[in-house]
Amino acid sequence: MVKSRPVTRSVIRHVVLIVLTFLMIYPILWMFFSSLKPDSEIFSTTQLLPSTWTFQHYLDGFSGAAGMNFGPMFLHSFEIAAVVVIGSLFSASLSGFAFARLNFAPRKFLFGFMLGTMMLPAQVVMIPQYIMFHRVGLVNTFVPLMLPSFLGTTPFFIYLMVQFIRGIPKDLDEAAVMDGCSTFRLFRSIILPLTKPALITISIFSFYWTWDDFFGQLIYLNNPQLNTVSIGLSMFLANMGQTQWGDLFAMSIVSVIPVLVIFIICQRYLVEGIATQGLKG
Amino acid sequence: MGLPTDAVVASRHSKRRASWSSRSGLAAYGFLTPWMLGMLLMTLGAMLFTIYLAFTNYDLLSQPRWIGALNFHQILQDPNFWTSIRVTFIYVVISVPARLIASLLVATLLNKEVRGIGIYRALIYLPSLIGGSIGISIGWKKLFDVAGPINSVLKAVGLHGPVWLGNPRTAILVIVLLSVWQFGSEMVIFLAGFKQIPGYLYESATIDGASAVRQYFHITLPMLSPIIFFNLVMGTISSFMTFTQVYVLTDGGPMNSTLFYVLYLYEQAFQYYHMGYAAALSIILLIMIAVCTGFLFLTAKFWVKYDV
Repeated sequence: MVKSRPVTRSVIRHVVLIVLTFLMIYPILWMFFSSLKPDSEIFSTTQLLPSTWTFQHYLDGFSGAAGMNFGPMFLHSFEIAAVVVIGSLFSASLSGFAFARLNFAPRKFLFGFMLGTMMLPAQVVMIPQYIMFHRVGLVNTFVPLMLPSFLGTTPFFIYLMVQFIRGIPKDLDEAAVMDGCSTFRLFRSIILPLTKPALITISIFSFYWTWDDFFGQLIYLNNPQLNTVSIGLSMFLANMGQTQWGDLFAMSIVSVIPVLVIFIICQRYLVEGIATQGLKG
Repeated sequence: MGLPTDAVVASRHSKRRASWSSRSGLAAYGFLTPWMLGMLLMTLGAMLFTIYLAFTNYDLLSQPRWIGALNFHQILQDPNFWTSIRVTFIYVVISVPARLIASLLVATLLNKEVRGIGIYRALIYLPSLIGGSIGISIGWKKLFDVAGPINSVLKAVGLHGPVWLGNPRTAILVIVLLSVWQFGSEMVIFLAGFKQIPGYLYESATIDGASAVRQYFHITLPMLSPIIFFNLVMGTISSFMTFTQVYVLTDGGPMNSTLFYVLYLYEQAFQYYHMGYAAALSIILLIMIAVCTGFLFLTAKFWVKYDV
């Protein structure tokens, strides 16, 4: 039958997609359901779902029964990420506005330079940065993890901001300037409120990258009092006994929840941000 | 008090405009102060400092001591350096194309508005959203455990699974798979790219009787080539930087079979405090990345179509 072919094709397409999707999320599902299984069951069964459900692993992780208390670590990670979000918004909006709207002699040169540093791998400058922070006694504080964001060290955010501000009609600025509006007020009262979508995208990415950061936290934080989630998980992995996989999985799952929640709420901004990276870059 | 004439208003406006542009010149530096500080201190200054350090012996405790090119001489004779170069290149050469092909194929599959497509896209994207975290690397480690679910499945179909992370041949494969699994971010970029291809290209091709496959190879891929190129370059750079996954999964083992370059760099700098040596390693890394991306840019003119 001629008519049945599109239907068959659509069924095949869905079957392929369902199998693919299941394979893709299987590792996450396995981890999630393992965190709800008693320890004896995690590696002894091929069944995905627990036969007995338990929330004990989650309680252990936050009560210290697992040997480590993850509560303060989550607070530290949140604290660092929140400050980095503020710092990124601060530096990206100020420099983005200057590059997109203000006239100054070396603008093109500096903008080109800024774009050039987008390709510069962070690992190349981490040794001197570490030495600088070490010299001024700021290793084992959160400052080395927070301060760079205020200095615009993620050129991608500035670029995102420039692109966005360029899309705002210039008539607005001109009208405001004719009315005697100062440059700062133009920025603060007219441009900044209009860049909300770009600000949200920058917030999401800076939060994600800080929350997931491991390298920076690993080199700068050596004090158990300052442990973040990333450091806590890796130390737990290194020091735990063979029977604590449930606890570890539970805390790993909790560690990705903020990322998931933001994804569900702000999916549109996130996808736009990723697309900007590729389409205009 | 007469009303100002048009001429007066106009001249006042042009004055304001003139003063605005000179004022904005000064203001610009005000707005750029944070970024310029960061650039001078954290980027440019740091780069120069790295170059200086590379020619010194420095352990953080005593002052850096100038030793000329000795670090570079030693690096060239350091077997671990060559191992890390080999491991990293194998990884880049396998994982970057694999990830690119996977993302392109799946994006093609998902580029159709069928029922529930948003859910498929979101779920397939999910691994790249959280896959870079320590938590997921830990899960991956146990997934490929001797007694983990991968081997259980293999056993169920009558195969004997290897000791994935304990075997030099398979350990790097597990790390490659973890990377390929996160093809979602490239996929999202490709999906956005598909939308930018003008529909009339396909319409006229269909009228000319071109098959769907032909259209894919003669319209879609050339039109996407700038995006493919972008993903290729970014993927290459980030693959050179691989650290977290290796640190959690194998920590360089077994028998240095996963001694990635950045892991070796980390060990030299922050476990042995060979800061000068590590600075030299990081300069070599920068050169390697520059050469590789430079090479990709050279090939670009043969296959990237910027103006179709």
